[in-house]
Amino acid sequence: MKYTLSSFVAGLVFGLGLLLSGMANPEKVLGFLDLTGAWDPSLALVMAGAIIVGVIAFAIARQRHVSFLGFDMRLPSGDDISTRLIIGSVMFGIGWGLAGFCPGPGVVALGAGEPKAVVFVASMIAGMALFQVIEQRRQSA
Amino acid sequence: MPTIAWESFTPWSALTGGLVIGLAAALFILLNGRIAGISGILGGLLAPEKGQVAWRVAFLAGMILAPVGWMAMAGLPDINVEASYPVVILAGLLVGIGTRYGSGCTSGHGVCGLSRFSLRSLVATLSFMAAGFVTVYLVRHAFGA
Repeated sequence: MKYTLSSFVAGLVFGLGLLLSGMANPEKVLGFLDLTGAWDPSLALVMAGAIIVGVIAFAIARQRHVSFLGFDMRLPSGDDISTRLIIGSVMFGIGWGLAGFCPGPGVVALGAGEPKAVVFVASMIAGMALFQVIEQRRQSA
Repeated sequence: MPTIAWESFTPWSALTGGLVIGLAAALFILLNGRIAGISGILGGLLAPEKGQVAWRVAFLAGMILAPVGWMAMAGLPDINVEASYPVVILAGLLVGIGTRYGSGCTSGHGVCGLSRFSLRSLVATLSFMAAGFVTVYLVRHAFGA
């Protein structure tokens, strides 16, 4: 219950941050990705702000085996740089550049009632489901 | 050097919004011991494991309700989507497949990964940023009107 409630709070704060930062607005995101046009550097500051807090939080997290609520610390352990990682990330970047939505902002804009965000999130879930099917086939082959 | 669009530049809301995003990631790792990666949280619901559903739904519900909470205090900021519906569908499919293959997105690799000084996440972040820059260049300047 505690775990679920703190997840809700983290999601809510995350969503408010995305709205405040301008990340939830694809027009703003594309303004940042448009390096050779009239470039809007705002999103570099979003990343900087998030990472300043993140560096402190993860430095504390690394020192602990359990969270402050007593749950297991699940820090990723993988460090392999695979072609999968790069190809997947490039596919994601192309999709991000086409519409200006990445997963978090898509979900928040859906909550704001933006019809194109609803279509984006539905397509994204379809893409994730397709990945699931391909992975299962690959593993059973 | 890029030409900076000073009239669109919003340094303070960007920086404070970023700090709030960082705070959310901090809450999630310090309270729940987990990485706040949106594509992973959502994708995990498509292969549901026992005990791993409620918290994912709760996190996403918090995100979906954020605009509702915001509207209780102030008018919602602009959300403008220039892309047409077919482009939005293609973009969604690419983002869905790509984030699962690459094990993360802007939040998991970009915010959390870089904050952990993960080389793997740095490579992922540079890959999707580069792809984003090139895509916008091609759409707006090479093929665009």
